[in-house]
Amino acid sequence: MDATPLDTATAALARGRARLRGVGRWRFGRGGPHGSDTGWALAFLIPYAAVFVLFVVYPVLYGLWLGHAPSSYRQLFADPVYLKTVVNTLIYLAIGVNLHLFGALMLSGFFMRKNWRVRSLLLVYILPWAVPAIPTFIAFHWMLNGEWGLINNVLYDVANINGPSWLNYRWLALGSSLVAYIWKWMPFWTVIFLAGRMAIPQELYESAAIDGAVGYKRFTLVTFPLLANLYLICTLLSTIWTLGDFNTIYFVTGGGPALSTHVLATLGIRDAFEVDNPQLGMAAVMSALPLLIPLVIVLMRKLAKSQVQL
Amino acid sequence: MSATTAGRLPRRRSRRRRTWRRAIGLAAETIACLLILVWTLTPLYTMVSVALEQNDSIFSGDVWPAHPTLAGFWTVLTENYWYVARFWHEMGNSLIIGLVTAVLTLAIGTLTSFVLGRMKLRFSWLVSNAALMTYVIPMSFLAIPFYRVMQNYGLSNTLWAVIFVEVTFATPYAIFIFQQYGASIPIELDEAARIDGASPWAIYRRVYLPLMKPAMVAVGTYALLLAWNEYLYMFLLLSSPDKMTVPVALGQFLNSDEAPWNLMMATAVIYALPPIVIYYAFRKHMSAGLTMGGVKG
Repeated sequence: MDATPLDTATAALARGRARLRGVGRWRFGRGGPHGSDTGWALAFLIPYAAVFVLFVVYPVLYGLWLGHAPSSYRQLFADPVYLKTVVNTLIYLAIGVNLHLFGALMLSGFFMRKNWRVRSLLLVYILPWAVPAIPTFIAFHWMLNGEWGLINNVLYDVANINGPSWLNYRWLALGSSLVAYIWKWMPFWTVIFLAGRMAIPQELYESAAIDGAVGYKRFTLVTFPLLANLYLICTLLSTIWTLGDFNTIYFVTGGGPALSTHVLATLGIRDAFEVDNPQLGMAAVMSALPLLIPLVIVLMRKLAKSQVQL
Repeated sequence: MSATTAGRLPRRRSRRRRTWRRAIGLAAETIACLLILVWTLTPLYTMVSVALEQNDSIFSGDVWPAHPTLAGFWTVLTENYWYVARFWHEMGNSLIIGLVTAVLTLAIGTLTSFVLGRMKLRFSWLVSNAALMTYVIPMSFLAIPFYRVMQNYGLSNTLWAVIFVEVTFATPYAIFIFQQYGASIPIELDEAARIDGASPWAIYRRVYLPLMKPAMVAVGTYALLLAWNEYLYMFLLLSSPDKMTVPVALGQFLNSDEAPWNLMMATAVIYALPPIVIYYAFRKHMSAGLTMGGVKG
C-alpha cells in the first residue's frame, strides 16, 4: 500500500474528529446523548462479570475460608509427607522450569535454520504439546515399568543391563516425571521463543557483525538482551503453571512410591478427597501462597507494562 | 591422500576447509535432528506400539510388537469389551464439553473485549485486571473449593460444571488475544457505522465479529484443546458413568488391577487424534494467536 499525502491527511483528520467526539462524550457524561452507550457496555459485560463472580470470586473466597484454620496447618506441618512434598515442589520449580525454558531457548535457535529438514522437524517436534496430556503421561508410566517398560527393554536389548524399576525409587521416579514434564512443555516455549527470535530484525545482526559480534557473541550480545524480558515473563508464567501442575505427577508416578513424589497440587487433592479432609488439602495448596503471590504481582506488573508498549 | 597436494594451493585449501566445515555442520545438524526426533517420538511410539499388541503379548517385553494388529483399535471402536463398552458415549461427552466451552468462551470473550477495546467505560481497567488475575491463578489450586461450589449451584455431576470451569479459565486468555487483535481494526469503522445510526449491538454483530474471525479461530481452538486436556475437574465433578469422559475412563483404567493395556492405549491414541488434526489444520492461526501475547513483551 502506498499512502499518498492525501490519504495521510484524511486519516489524520478522521483521527482528530474521533478524538473530538471522544472529548464530547466525556463532557456529556452519562446523562448526555451517549448515555445509552454505558448501558450497552454494562450489558455486554454481564456474561463475563457473572462468570467472574460465580466461578472465580466465590471459589477463591470459599477456598480461603476452608484454609483459614490454624489447626489444619499444624496438622499439615506435622506430616512427614508434607516436607517431602515441599522439597519435590521446589525441585520441580528450580530444575524443571529452568531446564525446559533454557532448552527451549537453545532449540529455538536451532529451529531458526531455514532448510527443509529443520522446518519439517519442527512440525513433528510440536507434537507433544498438541497431543492431550493424559494419554502421553500414561505412556510414560508404561515406559518406566521395570519389567515390561520400553526403557528397560531397550537397555536390555542394547547393553544387556537389567534396568531398575524406575517408579519404585523416589529420586528416579521424581526425575522421570521431570523428564515427562519437560518433554510435554518444552515445545510450547520453543515456539514462543522462536517467534521472539523472528521478531528481531536481521539488520541488527548485520550491524552487530560489523562491530565484531560473531559466533556465540551474536547470542550473548544481541539475541539474549533482546529476549531477556520475554524470557523473564515466560519463566514467571511457567513457574506459576508448574506450581499448579497436577497431571504429570498424578499419571507418571501417582505420588508413589510411598507418597514420596507428591507435589503440592497433587497432595492437596489427595488430602482433600482421598483422606477426605478438605481443610487439610486447602491448607496444603495455600501453603504455596507465600511463593505464588509475589510471583503473580511481578508477573502482572510485567504483563501490564508490556501491554502498554503494544 | 590428495589432501597434501591440494594443501599447497592456499585458495583450494580454504575451499576444501569450507567443504569440510560444511560437512561437519551438516553431520551435526543431522545428529541433532535425529536426537530431537527420537526424544519427541519415543513416548508416542510407545502409545502406538502397545495399542498394536495382541491381548496376550502385552507383557512380553518386546520393543517392537511381534505381531502388530489393529484388533485393539477395532475392539475399542466397536465397544466389544466391557472396559470400553461406553467408549462412544464418553467420546460424545468429551466433544460436548469441548465444543460448548469453545462457543461460550468465544461469545463471552468477544463481548468483553468489545467493551474494553471499543467503548469508553470508566471501570474497564477493573475488568481487565480481573481477567489478568484469573489468568495467573493455577487451575488446580481451586479444585477443592470448586467441588463444593458446584454442589451449591446444583451443578455437580453435570457436564455444565466442567464446561463452566473451562470457560472460567479460558476467557482471560481469550480477552487478551481479542483485545490485541482488535486493536488492529480501525476504530473509524465503528464511528462510521455509528453515524449511520447503528447501535453498539449492531456494530458488534456486523463490524466487529466478522473482522475478528482469525483471532476467533485461534481462541476457539485453544478453548477446545484446553477442555480436551482436562482431567482433574472431570474426575472430581463427574461421578456417574453416564457423564464420564474419555480422560476419566483412562484414569480408571490406570488405577485398576487388571487393565487391558492395549485397549487403553488404543483409546488413548484415538482420543489424541482430534487435537492433532485440529492443530495441524489451524497451525498458522494458532501460532499467530499464541505468540501475539508473548513476543512484544
